[in-house]
Amino acid sequence: MRYLFSVIHDRPTLATPEEDAAIDVFNERLQAEGNWVFAGGLAAPDTATVVDNRSAEALVTDGPFLESKEYLAGFWIIEAADLDVALALATDGSKACNRKIEVRPFL
Amino acid sequence: MTGTEVREAVTRAHQEEWARVVASLTRRFGDLDIAEEAAAEAFATAVQRWPDDGVPPNPGGWLTTTAVRKAIDRIRRESKRDDKHREARMVHDDGPPEPAGAVDDDRLRLIFTCCHPALAAQTRVALTLRMVGGLTVPEIARAFLVADTAMERRITRAKAKIKAARIPYRVPSAEDLPARVSGVLAVLYLVFNEGYLASGPGTDPVRADLTTEAIRLTRLVRALLPGDGEAAGLLALMLLTEARRSARVSAGGELVPLAEQDRGAWDAALIAEGHRLVRERLAAAAGGVAPGRYQILAAINAVHTSARDMRDTDWSQVLALYDQLVRLDASPVIALNRAIAVAEVDGPEVAMAAVDRLEGELAGYHAYHATRADLLRRLRRGHEARAAYDRAIELAGNTAETAYLARRRDQLR
Repeated sequence: MRYLFSVIHDRPTLATPEEDAAIDVFNERLQAEGNWVFAGGLAAPDTATVVDNRSAEALVTDGPFLESKEYLAGFWIIEAADLDVALALATDGSKACNRKIEVRPFL
Repeated sequence: MTGTEVREAVTRAHQEEWARVVASLTRRFGDLDIAEEAAAEAFATAVQRWPDDGVPPNPGGWLTTTAVRKAIDRIRRESKRDDKHREARMVHDDGPPEPAGAVDDDRLRLIFTCCHPALAAQTRVALTLRMVGGLTVPEIARAFLVADTAMERRITRAKAKIKAARIPYRVPSAEDLPARVSGVLAVLYLVFNEGYLASGPGTDPVRADLTTEAIRLTRLVRALLPGDGEAAGLLALMLLTEARRSARVSAGGELVPLAEQDRGAWDAALIAEGHRLVRERLAAAAGGVAPGRYQILAAINAVHTSARDMRDTDWSQVLALYDQLVRLDASPVIALNRAIAVAEVDGPEVAMAAVDRLEGELAGYHAYHATRADLLRRLRRGHEARAAYDRAIELAGNTAETAYLARRRDQLR
């Protein structure tokens, strides 16, 4: 079973060196214990570009699709047997990166 | 067998077997929705068939077998559409083949799944009443004063989340168990309190259906977790509270405070059972097991239910127990209840000072103003007491409590 951990942040700051170090330790553990699928940190939301090609002509817009105080700062995709395992990992992940994490199952 | 006897047999089977049928089907088919629907169909079949065929010798076995057949029918119907349901199972039946007694474990699994912390508190209550308690969706909707369709949506959404997010169907690991049990007990206590002090203006002041159901489910949890002190404590607390139910509201629909209750109308059997549980926990505490909040609250209620009247009550013991409780849980509501004991031990003036310190946190809580009003009345500060009663009446949701507060206010000189 795969879960997306969305890292939610509400300030325009990147991870501190201490947070980066803690994230590295957490990632190594995910890999060692077989929970790792993929992970990444994202640049600030104002670097985003939105493309909408649902109509006749592709529309390219500068900026995030949603203006909000909280934004997606990064993510993990992990493999876990069930939600209890995923929540336990998210608890440690939230501590490591010092941000909120939303846990959502893949279909 | 007469029609009445058959109806009683169906009702009894529903009370005793519903959770077992849902739990064992959930384990077998890995799907709460299938289990719930098949269990409901099996009971409907019993209602149709038992009057003609007679009540089977083993009603639980009959119901489970019938429900399994209904579930297989549904799965066959659906598997024509796709085979995906097999993958979408929330259960990984990782245990060894079912040993004897595994059915009880299944009910425990069911309770932990319904009370999972990833579900909203209200959802946990609704799902537990449906899946474990066997209440119908309209019954639960009425209990919480929402429309049937809204309750149906809430339960459907919860079942979908359990399946999609794979909320496990198992008893939590030893490490997580205390926190998870405490979550289960909180759900049961919520159900009980909603029954004991129903909050809606349009409902009966005491909802015996809810208090009875909460006690029944707590008995089940206590039986499944005999070593858990807080489960025993919560059961004792509910029994000692329920024992006073009929004395608590007057014939005129007014709340009767503890001091004025007819203690002869209390239920002696429930009190005896509650006291037995409290003694059991006191023995464990003497052996070095620190009691949790339900056990302390039960002990406080044991002191009250041991007293012949208000003056005979061992208030210093009550206060000592509140002091112990405050160390566990420094919430302002506990501090408010402690102040009521302080009034009996040290007088209303000392209690008033303690209550006044809580204003910042409890200004919107009716019991804060009701307690102040009573203390002000005893201190003969009638003008202030009247204002406090007014505020308490404004905030109180329970009809019996409002009636009592209004009478007290109107008695002020």
